[in-house]
Amino acid sequence: MIRLLAILTLFAFLPTDATAVDPDDLLADPKLEARARDVGRHLRCLVCQNQSIDDSDAQLARDLRVLVRERIVAGDSNQKVIDYVVSRYGDFVLLQPPFKAKTYVLWFGPAAFLVLGGLVAFMFYRRRGDGATQAAAPLTDAERRKLAEIMKSDDA
Amino acid sequence: MRLPLAAFLVIGGYLAVGLTLDPHKLPSMLQGEPVPPFDLPPIKGRGDKGFASTDLVGQVSLVNVFASWCVACRVEHPFLMKIKENGWVPVHGIDWREKTPDTGPAWLKRFGDPYTLIGDDPRSKAAIAFGVTGAPETFVVDHVGVIRYKHVGPISAEVWEKTLQPLIEHLRKAPAS
Repeated sequence: MIRLLAILTLFAFLPTDATAVDPDDLLADPKLEARARDVGRHLRCLVCQNQSIDDSDAQLARDLRVLVRERIVAGDSNQKVIDYVVSRYGDFVLLQPPFKAKTYVLWFGPAAFLVLGGLVAFMFYRRRGDGATQAAAPLTDAERRKLAEIMKSDDA
Repeated sequence: MRLPLAAFLVIGGYLAVGLTLDPHKLPSMLQGEPVPPFDLPPIKGRGDKGFASTDLVGQVSLVNVFASWCVACRVEHPFLMKIKENGWVPVHGIDWREKTPDTGPAWLKRFGDPYTLIGDDPRSKAAIAFGVTGAPETFVVDHVGVIRYKHVGPISAEVWEKTLQPLIEHLRKAPAS
């Protein structure tokens, strides 16, 4: 019973919305703050590169979070804020790469490899299947006679 | 079978090239673009007016992002001093993200001040506008205020001789574009 209680207590401390956002930087308006979070989730921290700016403790990430909030308060749309950061740092700053000619390999690559792999597997199994199930050619008369002779001599 | 070997070589080739690329070296979005507008206050104890984007019109110059906490900036610092002593090109500094207003000036006092103008950028205002991801980074700006090149990492004699110096010569000769 005590163990169960202890486990349940641990659950109470589960992080629900863990980000590196400094409480001082939070916007008072929850609607604007939610938008800032949405923007922050999509922007890569340029220092740690595999974290979003919301998740990163890097100084530059913090300055970017502040910049996102300043622009949102100033009346920019989410897309406008993201576009500004992309104009400074390039598409790489987006955690989800944009869908355009330059990134087709990225988007279609996995599907193309699946199709390619399927094709190779299909060819491989079909060839092997051909060899295994092909009926043997019927014996010629000469072969049949020879076989009969062998069987006879075996009996003897 | 020839197909798997060919596929291996193609994919392996791509990955091999990928391994040689440094993900921290991003192409500058600003190459060929005018310097982003900025107006930074001066750092403590220098007695000048700071550093603004409008200061960059009129001659070819370098904009160097540095900081006292930046180890690689120590590495390139003697070369920046050499540029200043020889009067090769004006180097302006963006003092990026100092912890206190005193750390930047103290660093320059200790090692020497190679900069023509310096702006204080404790909140990455100019740094983000320039698309800076780390220090040091150096931008070559032409005489009309257009960014022509970004160098990531310390400036060495080799970088200067092979890249920056020829580019600066070229920009000085070129008519306003």
